[in-house]
Amino acid sequence: MADITNLLVEQVLAAREQKQPLRIVGGGSKDFMGRAVDMSLSELNLAEHSGIVSYHPVELVLTARAGTPLTELETALAENNQMLSFEPPRFGEGSTLGGTLATNLSGPGRPWWSSVRDQVLGIRLINGYGEHLRFGGQVMKNVAGYDVSRLQAGALGTLGAMTEVSLKVLPKPASTRTLVSDCELGEAVSIMNQRAAQPKPITAACWLDNRLYIRLSGAHSAVDATAAQWGGEELEDADVFWQQLRDQQLEFFSTDQPLWRFSVNPTARMPQLSGGWLVDWGGAQRWYSGAADFAEMEQIAKAAGGQVSLFRGGDRSGEVMHSPSPAAQVLQQRLKQAFDPDGLFNPGRLYSWM
Amino acid sequence: MSNAGKRVDREALAQRFRQFIDPEYVISDDETLKPYECDGLSVYCEQPMLVVLPETVEQAQQVLRICHQEGVPVVARGAGTGLCAGAMPHPEGVVLSMAKFDRILEIDTLARAARVQPGVRNLAISEAAGKNGLYYGPDPSSQIACTIGGNVAENSGGVHCLKYGLTVHNLLSVDLLTVEGERLTLGSEGLDCYGMDLMALMTGSEGLLGIVTEVRVKLLPKPEVAQVVMAGFDSVQTAGDAVGAIIAEGIIPGGLEMMDGHAIVAAEAFAKAGYPTEAQALLLCEVDGTSEEVHEHIDAVESLFKRLGATSVRTSHNEEERARLWQGRKSAFPAVGRISPDYYCMDGTIPRGQLAHVLTEMDRKSQECGLRVANVFHAGDGNLHPLILFDANVPGELEKTEAFGAWILELCVEVGGCITGEHGVGVEKIRQMPAQFNDSEIEQFHRIKAAFDPAGTLNPGKGIPTLRQCQEYRSLDKDIEPNAGAAAQLHAHDHDHGQGGHHHG
Repeated sequence: MADITNLLVEQVLAAREQKQPLRIVGGGSKDFMGRAVDMSLSELNLAEHSGIVSYHPVELVLTARAGTPLTELETALAENNQMLSFEPPRFGEGSTLGGTLATNLSGPGRPWWSSVRDQVLGIRLINGYGEHLRFGGQVMKNVAGYDVSRLQAGALGTLGAMTEVSLKVLPKPASTRTLVSDCELGEAVSIMNQRAAQPKPITAACWLDNRLYIRLSGAHSAVDATAAQWGGEELEDADVFWQQLRDQQLEFFSTDQPLWRFSVNPTARMPQLSGGWLVDWGGAQRWYSGAADFAEMEQIAKAAGGQVSLFRGGDRSGEVMHSPSPAAQVLQQRLKQAFDPDGLFNPGRLYSWM
Repeated sequence: MSNAGKRVDREALAQRFRQFIDPEYVISDDETLKPYECDGLSVYCEQPMLVVLPETVEQAQQVLRICHQEGVPVVARGAGTGLCAGAMPHPEGVVLSMAKFDRILEIDTLARAARVQPGVRNLAISEAAGKNGLYYGPDPSSQIACTIGGNVAENSGGVHCLKYGLTVHNLLSVDLLTVEGERLTLGSEGLDCYGMDLMALMTGSEGLLGIVTEVRVKLLPKPEVAQVVMAGFDSVQTAGDAVGAIIAEGIIPGGLEMMDGHAIVAAEAFAKAGYPTEAQALLLCEVDGTSEEVHEHIDAVESLFKRLGATSVRTSHNEEERARLWQGRKSAFPAVGRISPDYYCMDGTIPRGQLAHVLTEMDRKSQECGLRVANVFHAGDGNLHPLILFDANVPGELEKTEAFGAWILELCVEVGGCITGEHGVGVEKIRQMPAQFNDSEIEQFHRIKAAFDPAGTLNPGKGIPTLRQCQEYRSLDKDIEPNAGAAAQLHAHDHDHGQGGHHHG
């Protein structure tokens, strides 16, 4: 619980002076993500830069330092019956707000409750010049200047060290129920999409081991009426299931095989491969567990209208994020230059060429 | 910032364009150029060198290549309904109208997405998707005319943003042309992409970073039911508290609008919606969803309004009643236009809790400078639209209005808000940018711009002020004449403008 902005700025300025790149660290729970980095690089550690700066429940806006653990945010929100609607996954006790935005990680409700990228309203960031800058704000509508806040989502800290994040938060639903039915994959994907096209209180849809899981959340009457209409077996301890899906604690994830994350057209038909599939986000996010060639997986993702990353395990010395088109690569390189001309932040973490 | 120094001959350039674009769609005569000299904010006018209306991406690409080669500024234009002079032409530049790109290419019902060209009107998407029970979320009130390409450029909002988000939340992918004429796709058919979120950066960039050539938008299922509760209050403070109480109840309304006393009286006289004209504030709270959910929430909202001391409460029980209750709010702008020769529409956002304070201060200032102001407010998300009433035929009144407007935007920043919620910066608010951003932040914006457009030929002079403009702003005594430049520009062109602000959401 401290504001160590000055210290962080000093570290960046010193790194700039000495041309010594930095490895940005928060809770350290996502070290496995991105490309393998040189662990001998100096840390720019934001874990100490923690604490809620402001929280106005009736404004639906929360601002916290980037090193604030998600658990701390959720405790404060729960006291006001509110939540981080993007259900951020945590891969360890220490998962922080800054790391969540940098990796753009959102949970099972993402198609309906939006992503961390969608909910971010503003940030403060130290760029490669050692300047502490503020972008966006603490209001829900703000179109002054370029949207630097959302640009950070997925950039893995390559544009600077975020020190503060403002978010839109939402009320917790009054009621939640989960329905399960037996179903093979193709049929499940089709049902998920059909149901998502109906004006019903659906907030998650997942397929695993020939079972289709549908979550309903909202007003009691609406949830009950839809549950009665759609049918299915009620899942006991459903919260535990969705939490374990979110945090990758289900048995599907406990393997030493490489884990691939596909973000695709929700109706896409994905090829049968030798490994296992888990379908989330109503079809728009597919997890594949199994050894595969990166370029081949990119082709599969492209055919499905989307992109892929090697999320966990496998060869992390090559590329792990879907390759941008040549034009998009040039723009990302120029933006890197615009924020971090000396290449101080997280070299090689996102792409080999950055 | 721009290298548009070198003079290019108008007719010679037009001839080059006419080699690959239907000659009729390369406009170079003064009379036909006239309608392009401004967008929806007609106090800012400029005649362009040329207007081109390409019909294919290849033609647009070729236009950009030639302009890039010749250092000619390019200003993209959709329907020209923007409210910040973002599409105001450059005198030595080309207006690239995307009006011919008006086809809906695909409605993918199962995946709930539509692929459209940039010149497709916002409302046309919902109309086309409606057959399948779907619609496009953001609904700026210019939606019958404004186009999706312009919506991307401005990150347009509307009255349903609190629940359904802005343009940036409802896009899947955007196809672009860079300033060099290179094609580029950002986003995908999936929900997330990897790497820096260039699509988010592009959204709301006001035509400074690239030209939109195709958009894939998300479609939502049409709610089963929507009902609206109207409530009158005897003070803005109470109405503001009622908004907070709805949120605290855990209800996210589809729409939540507030009007102040002046706006209520004007709207009622115009639309006869049955608004309580003695009220100091009026709330319209629309709840949408399944019929069960709407019934549950409407009951809660009604009793909450009564408990908090609403002086009148009325709920729609059918579509006709709902339309009638909205009619007053929807016609608030023309209604205000009727009680004043001109009006100027502002667009700040504030934390909702500051509403009473901001309105009180605005009232005080209004009396001080002798200009009436009526307020309509997207109360759910804090987006305030003060309408300053003035008469441009009274010498000095426009200048006074602009100074008052600038003062309001600065007040919004002071209480923790911003200078523009949904209309954009364009030319209009470029002077107030330094109130919200310091010089280092402005410089960072310039470096972003340079990453996309090193020569600065895409929509030059908009969106981001030069550091010199920032210094001028900071050294100004703001109470005297903060916006004198705009007024000078107006008179220099001796333009017969009608209403300063236009109808909008």
